[in-house]
Amino acid sequence: MTTSASGGPAIVVEGLTKSFGSVQALRGIDFSVERGTILGVLGPNGAGKTTAVRILTTLVRPDGGTALVEGRDVLREPDAVREIIGLAGQSAAIQEELTGRENLEILGRLYHLPKQRSKERAQELLERFELLDAANRPARTYSGGMARRLDLAASLVAEPAVLFLDEPTTGLDPRSRNGMWGIIRDLVSGGTTLLLTTQYLEEADELADEIIVVDHGRVIAAGTSDTLKDKVGGDVVEFGVLDRSRLGAAADAVAELSEVAPMLDPEEAVVAVRVGNQGSKAVVQAVRNLDAAGIETTGLALRRPSLDDVFLALTGHQAAEEEASPKRRRRRRRGAEPEPTRQQGRGR
Amino acid sequence: MTTVATPTRPAAAGSHHPGAWSRFRWGVADGLTVTKRNLIAYTRTPALLVFAVIQPVMFVLLFRYVFGGAIKVNVPGGYVSYLTPGIIGQSAAFASFGTAVGLAREIQKGVVDRYRSMPMARSAVLVGRLTADTLRMILTVLVLLGVSAAVGFRFHNGFWPAVGMVGLAVAFGVTVCAVSAYIGFAIRDEESVASFGLIWLFPLTFVSAAFVPVSSMPGWLQAFANNQPVTIVIDEMRSLALGGPLALHAWESAVWLVGILAVFLPLAVRAYRRV
Repeated sequence: MTTSASGGPAIVVEGLTKSFGSVQALRGIDFSVERGTILGVLGPNGAGKTTAVRILTTLVRPDGGTALVEGRDVLREPDAVREIIGLAGQSAAIQEELTGRENLEILGRLYHLPKQRSKERAQELLERFELLDAANRPARTYSGGMARRLDLAASLVAEPAVLFLDEPTTGLDPRSRNGMWGIIRDLVSGGTTLLLTTQYLEEADELADEIIVVDHGRVIAAGTSDTLKDKVGGDVVEFGVLDRSRLGAAADAVAELSEVAPMLDPEEAVVAVRVGNQGSKAVVQAVRNLDAAGIETTGLALRRPSLDDVFLALTGHQAAEEEASPKRRRRRRRGAEPEPTRQQGRGR
Repeated sequence: MTTVATPTRPAAAGSHHPGAWSRFRWGVADGLTVTKRNLIAYTRTPALLVFAVIQPVMFVLLFRYVFGGAIKVNVPGGYVSYLTPGIIGQSAAFASFGTAVGLAREIQKGVVDRYRSMPMARSAVLVGRLTADTLRMILTVLVLLGVSAAVGFRFHNGFWPAVGMVGLAVAFGVTVCAVSAYIGFAIRDEESVASFGLIWLFPLTFVSAAFVPVSSMPGWLQAFANNQPVTIVIDEMRSLALGGPLALHAWESAVWLVGILAVFLPLAVRAYRRV
């Protein structure tokens, strides 16, 4: 459960629907976000994440339902909502010909801050986002990570109480992504409420206090990262097989540990088997069986299920099915079921 | 119960219930801020300045010295007198290229989304773009006048009609910019707008009295050329510059320009709202 010293929800969404022509982007979603916390909206492309963000930021009118941001109705009082929100969308919405400083100062003026205050605010943000060295260079010379930082800084010019980040790290290299995560954590520690959409399960796991999983315009699951993982049912024993040709034999050797067939990743020569709450007992058994079968492994570990496993269990398809996710790897379960994406390089 | 210090925005706190006057003032201020932003961007985009200045100048020189000898006209001062109002009108129309491409690009990059999620005037993006483009267009027109004068163009009708010609050229350019703004908002894709969004400008400006007398075209083409707004506006500019009947084309020009604006400005505003 969320533990925050807040007084009620900052965002309340009820029964939101939206269609574009014959496409139902949202089929009635409900959720709320406690003040000062991060909600991760997780889902594949086309799930309706961006539509939800666009409705909450007053860019699109919903067909039905209500959405309140700090008690202000996005439909009836869009101007009042605009005064307390910040938005950073999927692309860096900055003016490339202008310098980083000019970008921020002009936004300050458009937020109707006094001229002097606009300058000060730009300076503060440039310092905070480590852009001072590049402050007087046209933004077109910025790297992808710098451009995203400037874009995020731009969304903070007016010190919004509620911030919306639509896939803030899509397209960033791992190093920039880690930097971005640090910045986002700091923001919320300052009291900002944050709604963040992502296709990266890892990202929701890292940042969000609560997660909702969205698929085909519906919320199909909600809870903390841990409660979602519990839904999948227990831990996973995973190991690599030294001799690729013995992958099948390895899977057979551990098949008795679970009612569910082991999953194979032929490319990486990895076997994973779901072992419920058998934990270390299962590990010992797996080692024995593999030893008896004369199979050499490259590292054997017990891991908690990843959000990939969760998504597969909930939807029957991968989160990143349509996406060319940089971390995507293929794994085949012995049987006809669809395959999960393997998650690696987790921070926690 | 614990209370959280919610960050508040000091300066915008008063804009919750704006009166009409304050809304107008902010509208002007926001429009000017966006104008300034666009002008800074122009000064840093040499390609755009080339497009705005050097290309029209090349047109003047090419038409004056390459085609000019073959085109027979009956106006005081010869072809250069005939050409200058035409090329100024055409260049003013082509200035709208930047309007459509610039707006489409802002939408594509998400800049417009950010603006629309802010408590600023809705009109600012369009006003700022049209104002900046008008200023750029005036620069183009003045450069063209200078170059044309250097290659032999003279006003033959006195000072105020000359000012009137420049004013009409700019009004014409602004009108075409309004059409382009609608196209930019409607297509929303920079590359598409750049490659075919303004292709209609070519037949419209070339099948007109801008460069050659309409009487030299085949009959079926004359029917179009004689009755389309570019010819009407450029004929009026020519009368202002060189002397000639003013009244008829003045009315027709005004009706065309006001009519086009009346249709396309609301369309552009509507397309902007629906972005």
